Amino acid sequence: MSTLAIHNARVIDPGLGRDGIADVVIVDGRISRVGPDEGSAVVDADRIDATGLVVTPGFVDLHTHLREPGFTYKETIRTGTAAAAAGGFTTVCAMPNTNPPLDSRAAIESVLREAESATIRVLPIGCITRGRAGAELAPAGELRAAGAVALSDDGDAVADPSLMRHALEYSTAFALPVSQHCEDPSLVRDGHMHEGWVATRMGLRGRPASAEETMVARDIALAELSGAHLHIAHVSSAGSVALIRAARARGALVTAEVTPHHLVLTHEEVAFGFGADYRQLRYNTDAKVNPPLREHSDVAALRAALRDGVIEAIATDHAPHARMDKDIEFDLAAPGISGLETAFGLCMTLVTEGDLSLPVLIERLTIGPVRAWRLDRQPGLDGLGTLAPGAVADVAILDPAATWVVEPGRFLSMGRNTPLAGRTLTGQVVATIAAGRVVHRLESVAAL
Amino acid sequence: MTTEAALATDTPSGGRTAPAWRHQHVLDLDDFGRDEIDAVLNTADSMREILDRRIARVPALRGRTVVNLFYEPSTRTRASFELAGKALGADVISLTASMSSVQKGESLIDTVRTLRAMRADVIVMRHASAGAAYLAAEHTDASIINAGDGAHAHPTQALLDLYTMRHHFGDLTGKRVVMVGDISHSRVARSDMWGLAAMGARVVVCGPPTLLPRGLRAAERPAHAETALPPVTVETDIERAIEGAHIVMALRLQSERQQGGLLPSVGEYARRYQVTAERLARAHPDHLLMHPGPKNEGIEIAADVATSDRSIIEEQVTNGVAVRMALLYLLAGYAPGDVEGGAR
Repeated sequence: MSTLAIHNARVIDPGLGRDGIADVVIVDGRISRVGPDEGSAVVDADRIDATGLVVTPGFVDLHTHLREPGFTYKETIRTGTAAAAAGGFTTVCAMPNTNPPLDSRAAIESVLREAESATIRVLPIGCITRGRAGAELAPAGELRAAGAVALSDDGDAVADPSLMRHALEYSTAFALPVSQHCEDPSLVRDGHMHEGWVATRMGLRGRPASAEETMVARDIALAELSGAHLHIAHVSSAGSVALIRAARARGALVTAEVTPHHLVLTHEEVAFGFGADYRQLRYNTDAKVNPPLREHSDVAALRAALRDGVIEAIATDHAPHARMDKDIEFDLAAPGISGLETAFGLCMTLVTEGDLSLPVLIERLTIGPVRAWRLDRQPGLDGLGTLAPGAVADVAILDPAATWVVEPGRFLSMGRNTPLAGRTLTGQVVATIAAGRVVHRLESVAAL
Repeated sequence: MTTEAALATDTPSGGRTAPAWRHQHVLDLDDFGRDEIDAVLNTADSMREILDRRIARVPALRGRTVVNLFYEPSTRTRASFELAGKALGADVISLTASMSSVQKGESLIDTVRTLRAMRADVIVMRHASAGAAYLAAEHTDASIINAGDGAHAHPTQALLDLYTMRHHFGDLTGKRVVMVGDISHSRVARSDMWGLAAMGARVVVCGPPTLLPRGLRAAERPAHAETALPPVTVETDIERAIEGAHIVMALRLQSERQQGGLLPSVGEYARRYQVTAERLARAHPDHLLMHPGPKNEGIEIAADVATSDRSIIEEQVTNGVAVRMALLYLLAGYAPGDVEGGAR
């Protein structure tokens, strides 16, 4: 029997409505007891003194690109999950835009097999359409049976409205959420950043917010037609927020996620970067991402929606790329941001700026995503996203006040593509525990 | 010492004039002040004198290497840079790089570094991707001159436009300059906006709504306006745009815009937006007509207008060589007005 006791932390467990000083006792990889002084009662335990720190359930990411199989020069399941652990994540949902794409039982199983040696949990997402080609449905039943927890063609939208209707209808037989990358391909063709004054100054074709909003509106209508569970991936615009808000008020089964970068950064990041001289134009491919970083008014609407629960989940859209994919002409560069290791620190900006309380932020990183996709109904995942006794002991230990400088060269992810390089963030993941094992800890707390 | 004699010497001398030149690269005019633009245009005056000589050649850049790296086809800009470099005695080579080298995996950064390793001092770059010259400048200590990057910038064209306008109007403060056509896809329009704003001109852009980019109108501009393109007046009605104009500049219309669904037809464009003598009757009595070339007579500009005595289109071309000579000269390390300077 192995016992781990975390002492004297501020335990924030929004799923169980707990927020207070307590000890967390873990026995044989599962939560045993949580409460004041509970740790003192156990003998023969490994102990962590978490005085002054915050202990939460491990974070859950609905949107991670692990790149394996097929793009292991960008990331592998091993490096991507190590990066996740460093970011406080103990569960990541792996997007299927790999090579081959995850559109078959064998492909899903190969990811699960590879993930067995990872330190954290990987839940695969299957493709909506065969080969992500947007022409025929992928075998959702088979994917479900193999372990897929959702369907998505992320990276591309399912453009054909009739096919999307059928994908949604078909998914209801398996209660699988359908996560759509909402950007109408015809409206974003040859576009490389948000359409607006920055793109115009830079001479770049834009990807208008309306390209997202028209598809959000369309897919909500199709979801209401079929009664399916539509999940809107990486919402980026105020107009989309309004559509999702109205749909949820009508009772439609529509959930949504937002990324840390869309919650903080704007399209100005592409041209000027953080704290840069506004006259010195840059073409920062590390800020190129789809959907693109938008305007201050969009950021404000996304924060409001996250606060009031219209958006239930923060998801990283961790999209690692090799330098050769980014150190090229802006229009040729791959879109995406390596986000797992900066997610908590970047999101803490919302707490620092008074837009979100710390418990609500933790909610959106833990039980929020679990409830959005009902992941705790999966076999063996009872209590996921909480510190409920009996649940698998997935825990993050956080120092919300610690400041640190983002150094991509020290990422565990192979993807160093972040627009945050050199930026000071407040809020740091001190340690991560997955199934009772310490899978990440800062050197500075080696004494744990 | 005359300019001519000064340029012929290669003996360095102490700078006499406070230099208003601080650029290693010429990427766009967004970081040029009025004094810097004047410095270029004044230097171009000296170059213009050289070009008007029977043997238009001085040794000022002897031993220096200028590489024209063109990823997009171009006749006039490339020829203009070649002539400019040769008139100053530089070694000039022109490379037509196709996108095939990109497909072979040779990155732009590799190419630029390789050219620098071969001792290229100045790389003149034309590329279909906006920002390509910025990428090059970040990765080399050679001087980069942006000879056109996608729809972003074409600063040497803007400087020759300013030079030509200044030649006719002197001070450009308050002058009404109207650009008509495909503003969305025009790198010339963007660089001209920066340059004209720096010189105090009033800029009007005019075109069909589908060829006007978002972000120019006051309502679409940011609160911190200095980070956006300079303020311009946006018009969709050419008659209103041309009213009182000192300069009317017609921009080239690519026929792809019709296939791209941006225009009903080239014919309708010509009827609505062609710069014609009748429309120019609304302009200022001293108005002049410009075009960055190559022009489609009968589409964006009427043939009789293009060749009328109001047209200074050919002058733009000649001035282009002088302005590019001035930039090569300044980038080689000369202070403007330091006409006794030699190659360092």
